[in-house]
Amino acid sequence: MSVIGSRLLRKEDPKLLTGEGKYIDDIQVAGQLWMGMVRSTQAHAAIASVDLSAALEQPGVVAAYSGKDLTEGYWIAPLPCAWPVTPDMLNPPHYPVAVDEARYVGDIVAVVLAESRYEAADAVEHVVVEYEPLPVVASLTDAVADEKLAHPELGTNKAYTWAIDENPDGVQAALDGSAHKVEATYIQQRLIPSAMEPRGVLAVPSPHGGDITLYSATQVPHILRVMVAATTGIPEQMIRVIAPAVGGGFGAKLNINADEILAVALAQKLGKPVRWTETRTEAAGSTTHGRGQEQHVEIGSDADGKITAIRVKIDADMGAYMQLITPGTPLLGSFLYHGVYEAPAFSFTCEGFFTNKTPTDAYRGAGRPEASYAIERAMDMLAAEVGIDPAEIRRRNYINGGEKFENWDNPAGLTFDSGHYTPNLDLALDLAKYDELRAEQARRREAGESKQLGIGLCTYVEICGLAPSRALGDLGYGAGGWEHATVRMLPTGKVEVVSGSTPHGQGHETSWSMIVADKMGIDPADVTVLHSDTALSPLGLDTYGSRSLAVGGVAIAMAVDKLIDKCKALAAHQLEASVDDIVLEDGNLQVAGSPDTATPIQTMGFAAFTAHDLPEGMEPNLNEAVTYDPPNFAFPFGTHVCVVEVDEDTGEVEMIDYVAVDDCGQQINPLIVEGQVHGGVVQGVAQALWEDAVYDADGNPLNPSFMDYLVPSAAEVPNIRTDSTTTTSTSNPLGVKGVGEAGTIGSAAAAVNAVVDALSHHGVRDMAMPATPQRVWRTIDAAKNGGQA
Amino acid sequence: MIPAAFDYQVAESADHAIALLGEHGDESKLLAGGHSLVPMMKFRLATPTMVIDVGRLDDLRYIRAENGHVAIGALTRHHELENSDVLADACPMLKHVASLVGDPSVRHRGTLGGTLAHSDPASDLPAAVLALGGTLVAQGPSGTREIAANEFFTGYFESVLAPDEMLTEIRVPSGTGGWNYQKFNRRAQDWAIVGVGVADGGKGVSLVNMGSVPLRATAVEEALAGGASAADAAALAAEGTEPPTDLNADADYRGHLARTLVLRALTEAGVS
Repeated sequence: MSVIGSRLLRKEDPKLLTGEGKYIDDIQVAGQLWMGMVRSTQAHAAIASVDLSAALEQPGVVAAYSGKDLTEGYWIAPLPCAWPVTPDMLNPPHYPVAVDEARYVGDIVAVVLAESRYEAADAVEHVVVEYEPLPVVASLTDAVADEKLAHPELGTNKAYTWAIDENPDGVQAALDGSAHKVEATYIQQRLIPSAMEPRGVLAVPSPHGGDITLYSATQVPHILRVMVAATTGIPEQMIRVIAPAVGGGFGAKLNINADEILAVALAQKLGKPVRWTETRTEAAGSTTHGRGQEQHVEIGSDADGKITAIRVKIDADMGAYMQLITPGTPLLGSFLYHGVYEAPAFSFTCEGFFTNKTPTDAYRGAGRPEASYAIERAMDMLAAEVGIDPAEIRRRNYINGGEKFENWDNPAGLTFDSGHYTPNLDLALDLAKYDELRAEQARRREAGESKQLGIGLCTYVEICGLAPSRALGDLGYGAGGWEHATVRMLPTGKVEVVSGSTPHGQGHETSWSMIVADKMGIDPADVTVLHSDTALSPLGLDTYGSRSLAVGGVAIAMAVDKLIDKCKALAAHQLEASVDDIVLEDGNLQVAGSPDTATPIQTMGFAAFTAHDLPEGMEPNLNEAVTYDPPNFAFPFGTHVCVVEVDEDTGEVEMIDYVAVDDCGQQINPLIVEGQVHGGVVQGVAQALWEDAVYDADGNPLNPSFMDYLVPSAAEVPNIRTDSTTTTSTSNPLGVKGVGEAGTIGSAAAAVNAVVDALSHHGVRDMAMPATPQRVWRTIDAAKNGGQA
Repeated sequence: MIPAAFDYQVAESADHAIALLGEHGDESKLLAGGHSLVPMMKFRLATPTMVIDVGRLDDLRYIRAENGHVAIGALTRHHELENSDVLADACPMLKHVASLVGDPSVRHRGTLGGTLAHSDPASDLPAAVLALGGTLVAQGPSGTREIAANEFFTGYFESVLAPDEMLTEIRVPSGTGGWNYQKFNRRAQDWAIVGVGVADGGKGVSLVNMGSVPLRATAVEEALAGGASAADAAALAAEGTEPPTDLNADADYRGHLARTLVLRALTEAGVS
């Protein structure tokens, strides 16, 4: 029986759901000190003085430091940015504690260490910081104007310009010659990632041994280890990083944070364990944000709506500093601004700007939701311009006419592994009962009902399987994209997998067990997966960019193949047969055609362990490793249909149906795929309808709490109906693509397209995110009565 | 939560709580369900040095049908209102509004007396009690007094309660005459951006989050009393109000919502 493709319940869940999971706050060590961060209350100010004297006298306080106190002897390099996207990118040094200037509300200006968390929080209130306010770059508009400067010493806010623009004149000519043209600006508002578990860190030094163990609620323990060595100067082999159970990350735990480096440096200095857990307010204002872009899109077509050219210019908000992949995040979408459509002429330019706001970085989808939103909104506007149905304009422009293709070169220089778009669209429209919805929409319009119906489509493509190391090198990224796996059979025949992928909610232990069990013909319960600890799993590049299965999972599959080959050689020796005649069937090794020779593969563990009778030259034990570097990315796609009711009297939007038909190639566990789609869809519609990290003109965050920053709950979203098509990837031997971010990439555009569609008969063509009741009502009012939208 | 340091004492009775309030004065706060006080302490917006826990005063947890009204102990939880057979018969509006507060965990902790004493203009139950024409019973060192709901709220999170008084009982008139409650918000668990309560066939109309206190929509009530149609009366819903502007809504949009929701509430309540 095939294990791959079955709906196995997640083996992680009993532990996590009953509280047995050990998260960072469950790990307590004797003698630990708590850090309390003194954070800037000013978006941009010179730090005139920091007075720690009163704080040092508070009960339980052991030490306190300003930025100036930490300028020597604590670190050898600033916090790392691993992705200098251009050779001349501006990247001012970013130290864990600001020294002369605070550059966003939340920037750390001093740190207090105390014996308890409460004492640390109390002492923070006794630190007196004198600020001298400086001009604040509080928005992208401010940043582009370049009059006020986020980093005055740089002389400009513009950090870089990056482009795919080989034939600008050709693109211009194609646009000029287009029968129809749409030009629009879309705002990708800032989002707060909001993982269920906040970030936390615990550094445990060994004052006599010299080594240090760093526990962190991170997605990237392997990358963190390298970067701790590079920033603190502690020899890398003396550093062990452990990511315990981690409660979600969405990209905001894909970073090297000031608190992590501070904890290590201060633990080494004081010879005591040092820990910190962010409050929700700190999570909202001081851990990285997502999105933050203005997208200027031009799209032209011929008279029938066939695309002639796409030109995109993005202004991207870096925030105050370059975090680990801040500058590269918008570029992860750069290759996808043509979506699932053929675009004979294509141009993309991105300019990155500093602002005096929380740094931005990866957030679920990282660049691709933005790209998908822009092209899918523009396609709806183009459909309106041409005067055809949104589904029809998509059909007319699909790559290869919507027929199946493999290895298609896109206009941005990538090669799409495989795609087959029309059947995917048809299935989604069928499930949604698209024609009936259109009829009902017409009826409500005719009747002039106050609740109008809107149907929004999004047919997206995305990039998974980050990434071929060579491709990352070409992009200037500071690491490779391989993944490592070791698979070993223990003496009793049970199997241990060591993976360099680091789960934080994805269900890796289940999926990896299924891959191994499927290949070996054994029970998935006989497989245990080890991960997330650099001492157990020294080689790895962790979890982000929907890469775990398409890279890490493939590495495991390849390592299992090697292990099976060795088992076959051992069985051939035992059975005195040729290895070429040994086959593996239902967990038994046997000579082909001779079932009486069947030997359970799991007995090979003991034979290899005792090593009493191995073939000549064979090493004892069964322990096979593979480091897999994918030859190409994988390009999942899908169709999302969002159905909304818009109350024209109040502007309220209610989602009444949602259909997601995703194609992520071969599925290992459809239950996990559906879970990823559900969560992703809600995270995407959250941007469309609810979430918005708002700042005032002085750079103060206005909603850094769950009271004011509206993360939707199950009560706000309809039952999400999922289905799938399967177009296997040509990029890897499992045929898998990836699904971790797909829901988010497909859903924001579907939701906004639905809201606009509901109001299109009033002449409404666009709606900014989030489509709040007030915004929708004002838009209706403007369309009907000529008011101000 | 990491509040500032505070002392904590369990009140054994209402008398004990009032004595403790007298002893600790302005620096003390009563803790009932804690769903307003605790978040404020967490953000250090409230820093009481003495927290007096009245949450165990079970003798103030009751819902009783009495002569022409329902008497409700101040420590009665929203969850108990929501599931009360007494209210189903005698005051279904209060039962319904209780079911709309926050989420289940809030409703299992929050108390009717607590939400009234907190006097949040955005809360649902104060507006419901206001529309119903309820009476609040406060106990202080020198005994109890009755306060009409429409004289109770004095300002943003302020009421006529003296520092050493606590609410012990809330009385709402019995009656199932045309009522409705409209709650407009962006997520089910949130406070209303604007809410509207209609009780007793339009004799009581109240507004949520349309000013610094829970409000009676007096212009609407008077117009209806004078024979105006629901539509004409609803058009006056924002009259005399000074609604706030926040991230969810500007003042003018709140005014529009008030007019729209009052009409809906009146229509649903059978007022034409």
